[in-house]
Amino acid sequence: MSAIASVDLWGQLFNFSDYDQLIPLVQNSLIAGALLGLVGGLIGLFVMTRDMSFAVHGISELSFAGASFALLAGIDVVAGSIAGSLVAALIIGALGSRAKDRNSIIAVLMPAGLGLGILALSIYEGRAANKFGLLTGQIIAVDAPQLYSLFGICAFILVALAVVWRPLMFASLDPEVAAARGVPTRTLSVVFMLLLGLAVAASVQVVGALLVLSLLVTPAAAALRVTRSPILTPILSVAFALTAVIGGILLALGGGLPISPYVTTISFLIYVVCRLIERLRK
Amino acid sequence: MTSVLSISNASMRFGDKTLWQDLSLEVQPNEFIAVIGANGSGKSTLLKAILGQEQLTSGSMQLLGKPVHRGCRHVGYIPQHRTATESTPMRARDMLRMGYDFHRFGLPWPSRKAKARVEHILGCVDGFALADKPVGELSGGELQRLRVGQAVIGEPDLILADEPLSALDLAQQKIVAELIDQERREHGAAVIFVTHDVNPILSMVDRVLYLANGQFRIGKPDEVLTSEVLSELYGTPVDVLRNQGRIVVVGTHDNHEHHDHEVWN
Repeated sequence: MSAIASVDLWGQLFNFSDYDQLIPLVQNSLIAGALLGLVGGLIGLFVMTRDMSFAVHGISELSFAGASFALLAGIDVVAGSIAGSLVAALIIGALGSRAKDRNSIIAVLMPAGLGLGILALSIYEGRAANKFGLLTGQIIAVDAPQLYSLFGICAFILVALAVVWRPLMFASLDPEVAAARGVPTRTLSVVFMLLLGLAVAASVQVVGALLVLSLLVTPAAAALRVTRSPILTPILSVAFALTAVIGGILLALGGGLPISPYVTTISFLIYVVCRLIERLRK
Repeated sequence: MTSVLSISNASMRFGDKTLWQDLSLEVQPNEFIAVIGANGSGKSTLLKAILGQEQLTSGSMQLLGKPVHRGCRHVGYIPQHRTATESTPMRARDMLRMGYDFHRFGLPWPSRKAKARVEHILGCVDGFALADKPVGELSGGELQRLRVGQAVIGEPDLILADEPLSALDLAQQKIVAELIDQERREHGAAVIFVTHDVNPILSMVDRVLYLANGQFRIGKPDEVLTSEVLSELYGTPVDVLRNQGRIVVVGTHDNHEHHDHEVWN
């Protein structure tokens, strides 16, 4: 009996029948996932060097609140999610220049955002899958217009990152000397918060608010365990993020379960492996 | 010869507290100036003012004939030693590269010119063996040597050093101080060196700016670091002792020390 049950569970987790017919259905999701992997891997590197992992979580909860209200109001969910993200990013950026202040501000904002989001979702009477999706991610939800807006956001982030890469890296790794060299560290930190807000809003659409960290923090954190090279770190970080999100979508395809457990598990396993490699090298 | 830095009648006040006032100073190329004083005497604030990060209450400051502004490319800055986090994705050579061109926008494309410059500086600071080490694994002395390299990689006319020797042992202090001295001679740069202990740099210093109690004295070390001058500056009897080329200031009741002896007073 238990053998049959475990086969069922396995079949639910990993089901590759009719795979060739399923792939085209999630083509949009795969493209969206690739974009997010690219953005998440790169933004994550700055999140790590600026010590802002917790901020990512705080922003994602407000992004969730924004998206929930948008769903309730019947307006574009991506727009709501961006609005929530940017509000959070600006509040954290404006009030929390010191790490200590920042953490307490985030800790205050986070439950407030989550609470408002839950309120909006409780009143909302539409499809329940939409509600759940905002928190834990959804797989086939990416339709063409959504893909275009995601593409637009990601392209904007990537171009902006390319423009500010050097001074932002300088300000993140060596703030005192960067400021002495005339790098506008304060302006850059606001710019970074905005880019981070956009990246979070985009990620919420695919992996869900609760699991944004697995895309925006874990891959970069894993990369930093195995290399200190400023060229290899972004490459590995992006590779890890892409593996997690694309791999997660492909594995989730057959089983009908949400995408997020797959993405987060792959992401986590990569991190564990990287830590083991680091340990073995010493 | 034009001054590198020209400070005239500069004052810095925070509320009621005057850090210094009517400070005038002409810094010539190749000159090595030590800024000494107690904690809170306004040494670091002076550096911030020169960097354009802090506004003078009154007076003016000109760098190479132009009013100071935030982020002058002609200034090299050496910060106090702080241990870098172990996971910092930056190796010694990357730190130098950042000093070379990371204040500019764009991506850090590999550049032959930048690489050649980094290699040259690595040679200057005896850093070839450290080049590919993550900064988080460097010792205090190694890191500060590279900090000197990072500050001079852009060929500055003025090197500002903010307690660069603190937290280093005596041997390392000597190496780093000599490196700064050697680099300023090679590049003809002036040095403003903030420190609470003048001894490691005594042989290099051309003039001392001593800040205390909202007042200051400027002059050659032998003129300023005397019992008479410092007693007058502090308003209490102060003894300046000289022993084997070292200077010990006794009786300032400052929180800092020029030497361990002062703690006992």
